[in-house]
Amino acid sequence: MKADATLDCVGLYCPMPIYQTAKKLKELKLGQVLEVLADDEGIKEDMPAWCRTTGNELLGIEEEKGEYKAYVRKAEKGT
Amino acid sequence: MAEKVTLVIFSGEMDKAMAAFNIAIGAASMGMEVSMFFTFWGLNIIKKNEGPIKSRGMMRKMLNLMNRGGSRRLPLSRFHMLGLGKWMMGRLMREARFPSVDELIATAKEAGVKFIACTNTMGVMGLSKEAFIPEVDSFGGVAAYLAEAKEGRVNLFV
Repeated sequence: MKADATLDCVGLYCPMPIYQTAKKLKELKLGQVLEVLADDEGIKEDMPAWCRTTGNELLGIEEEKGEYKAYVRKAEKGT
Repeated sequence: MAEKVTLVIFSGEMDKAMAAFNIAIGAASMGMEVSMFFTFWGLNIIKKNEGPIKSRGMMRKMLNLMNRGGSRRLPLSRFHMLGLGKWMMGRLMREARFPSVDELIATAKEAGVKFIACTNTMGVMGLSKEAFIPEVDSFGGVAAYLAEAKEGRVNLFV
């Protein structure tokens, strides 16, 4: 999937990936896509939950060899 | 208006403090307005690490000597084993690159979490504002807590 920016959270545990995501997404423009790399499995539940609460759009989570790539699109009502 | 989240931090142990800061940072990252009320043993988490804790009276002096506090002096709630357990847990956490209490405090502040110290306990223990780290936003009582808590749906006691 094509992304406008990548955030490397490999090696970081909860809540750092969502904290970093929230911080990084502030730098992006509306409609831009952020790719988040993580190896904490919690991301599979946390990123959808974070997106539901903040109103940003989760485009998908890809899993490969214990690493995850989550794609988040910055939405207008997103915080 | 942002949803409010409050945490009452009653305990002064490292592991409980970490869990509390994790929730606070997570909530702030989800766009919620977070307040942490430190009371009783929880005040130990936000005491300065350096210098003596000044207080008046024999009993308070003794209490503050035995209950020195500070983010780097917090025991584990289980398996502390006179510090051996804490040392081992600290090592495991560093290996896993898990943030320390100090780092969690800094991250929580950066995320906009408010710290409130309970003046009631401060009075009982003879602690002055100078005993605390500058990250503390305000000093208040139960009304300050409840005014925030009644507007929140997530109110936790740690």
